[in-house]
Amino acid sequence: MTTAATVADTVPDFYHEKTRFKGIFGWIFSTDHKRIGLLYLFAVITFFLVGMILGVLMRLEMLTPENTIVTPQTYNTFFTLHGIIMIFLVVIPAFPAVFGNFLLPLMIGAKDVFFPRLNLLSWWLFIAGGTLALVSIFLPGGAADTGWTFYVPYSIRSNTNIIPALMAAFILGFSSILTGLNFITTIHRMRAPGMTWFKMPLFVWSLYSTAWVQILATPIIGITLLLVVIERLFGVGIFDPTLGGDPVLYQHLFWMYSHPAVYIIILPAMGVVSDIIPVFARRTIFGYKFIAYSSIAIAAVGSLVWAHHMFTVGMSNTGMFIFSLLTFIVAIPSAIKVFNWVATLYKGSIQLEVPLLFMLAFIMQFSIGGLTGLMLGALSVNIHVTDTYFVVGHFHYVMFGGTGFALFGALYYWFPKMFGRMYIKRPAFIGWLLMTVGFNILYFPMLILGYMGMPRRYYHYLPQFETLHRIATVGSWIMVIGIIILIVNLIVSLKKGKKAPANPWGAATLEWTVSSPPPTENFHEIPVVTTGPYDYSNITQSVEETR
Amino acid sequence: MTSKAVAGEHKHRDDVGSRMGLWLFLFSELILFGGMFIIYAVYRFMHAEEFRLAAAELDPFIGTINTMILLTSSLTVAMSITAIQQGKKYLSMALASTTLVLAVVFLVNKYFEWSHKISIGIYPQSPELMNKPQGEILYFGLYYVMTGLHAIHVIIGMAVLGFMLVFIAKGSINRGSFVKLEAGALYWHLVDIIWIFLFPLFYLIH
Repeated sequence: MTTAATVADTVPDFYHEKTRFKGIFGWIFSTDHKRIGLLYLFAVITFFLVGMILGVLMRLEMLTPENTIVTPQTYNTFFTLHGIIMIFLVVIPAFPAVFGNFLLPLMIGAKDVFFPRLNLLSWWLFIAGGTLALVSIFLPGGAADTGWTFYVPYSIRSNTNIIPALMAAFILGFSSILTGLNFITTIHRMRAPGMTWFKMPLFVWSLYSTAWVQILATPIIGITLLLVVIERLFGVGIFDPTLGGDPVLYQHLFWMYSHPAVYIIILPAMGVVSDIIPVFARRTIFGYKFIAYSSIAIAAVGSLVWAHHMFTVGMSNTGMFIFSLLTFIVAIPSAIKVFNWVATLYKGSIQLEVPLLFMLAFIMQFSIGGLTGLMLGALSVNIHVTDTYFVVGHFHYVMFGGTGFALFGALYYWFPKMFGRMYIKRPAFIGWLLMTVGFNILYFPMLILGYMGMPRRYYHYLPQFETLHRIATVGSWIMVIGIIILIVNLIVSLKKGKKAPANPWGAATLEWTVSSPPPTENFHEIPVVTTGPYDYSNITQSVEETR
Repeated sequence: MTSKAVAGEHKHRDDVGSRMGLWLFLFSELILFGGMFIIYAVYRFMHAEEFRLAAAELDPFIGTINTMILLTSSLTVAMSITAIQQGKKYLSMALASTTLVLAVVFLVNKYFEWSHKISIGIYPQSPELMNKPQGEILYFGLYYVMTGLHAIHVIIGMAVLGFMLVFIAKGSINRGSFVKLEAGALYWHLVDIIWIFLFPLFYLIH
């Protein structure tokens, strides 16, 4: 039996672990959660860039009220693919699959997730679904043009490649379910000794509530999309109104998943914010239990608000009233989190590192997204702005201004742990500044446009909307320059960055107790947890010494 | 705290965790079918009379036989677990095989039932069906889709139990370690319980 000290010298980091296969196969057949996390990271960033290019092209098209660069049909496929890619392939897997995989076992003091092979299967399903989605663009028939919502009856009648796109979403859902059940089991069964529920980092809490939503909501969209496939293939009457079907029922089923999916997207991002803010404020999180429980509350109440996407389809007044009320109620736990983050910053000794700047941008932009969400939840306002750019602006403020910014912040924060190098600071700051400024120039005009009556998904528009559209398009250029700087900076930092110490930020969660990058099985000895995840009393000193 | 968890050491077994993972998977399967039960409920509400008429065209006798077959197959797979717990390897294999045979009988019945329906011209887009009122088109659409998807689950369950048979034969499922067989059996019970809801919805409510 060796002692811990000699093991530490001999065990290589996870980039140099012994694998069954050589080279790339050592990665794509690896069951190591860290390798799988990084595989997801590269896949998600690739898909993000594809989705981003489509978004930029759409903005370019909207530069003038008439034709600018593409035909109306191409424009329809652009917004469809942009939606499918960004939702199913970027923001839904971004946190659970990328950061959840990489960090969850490290954060709770485990060697891996509970079902490592199932985890690898999830990744393969993800790649299969993603590939199918991309391939469907180039098959004869043309890319899907229904919008990412696949509303019937058009999705039954459209001659484009709907079936591959639907099957892609179905397979991706399956991948998401398997990740969710893996995480719940891992959190229940594999916490290190002393890692009680209320000593878990808040990111783990948010992954836990997200995983439940993944398991319980995803099957609904799985079966719904599968039914549309069956309906297209065999002409079975299910949603088609000419056969007696009810398209509104499709919308209900679609949003029964797709609204909770919003919380799959935003909850873990909120967890990241809750974990990063205390580190750079050098003080414990304010209201730990409130933040933890509010994640559960958001997951629970958020599963019951789906019909606020369909206030204009002709529901009963009682139904509309209840869904509107629940929508307002779900804002309460979200607001609790925002207040707690701000309270954590209050009287902290703040270090304005780039990850924190992303978190601050998150708080501001998520607040705008959340408050415009409340406007949309109000019945009278909703009738006025439904299916306008107001909605587009609102959900981009949440999905991108929230989750997207948290994604970049998390990437910069955990970059030293993932790759063992520090990022270069100045370009990171410039990238953040351009991205934030560009983002707001891009999306704030959309809120105004929508309020003025500009419908979403329209190819042509009235001349009075031109100025705001042009401002938004210019914003998209600024934002993209920022994003490119941020990504190139990380690639350059892989080679030129300073070697990262185990705990460069002086954080108190477990992943920072192991070397950067972590060793093959994370911990030489399963740690015994005695202090909380935001207790900096012992750490500040040791960090000063290593500097 | 001992340093039992040194890197590279033998992984310890956690049957509770394995079962938990499986239950979570079963939840998601139930919700998958739950989506279809919602559709059934909504359309039944919208077209109550036509659903009643269409249901009269199904033969409750075949449905009842199939229900008995599936219930019995659940019994034999449960007995197979008890057998392996007592170390009776061959009895356990015999019982699990019985489940597989019953599953085949179930599918054969299903095949004849579907063929009969198709032979009298009731299948999606058939001229016969298209002349019927919309409620009946929806009813038979759901009938084919829901029993069809259930049949696919029967086939998946058979494949799972087939693997379990191999594991028992090889001895990797044994008296001390039978969580895999339990998992296979639980999945089989899921297939069973979904049928228990499908049966009254399609065959019994007139």
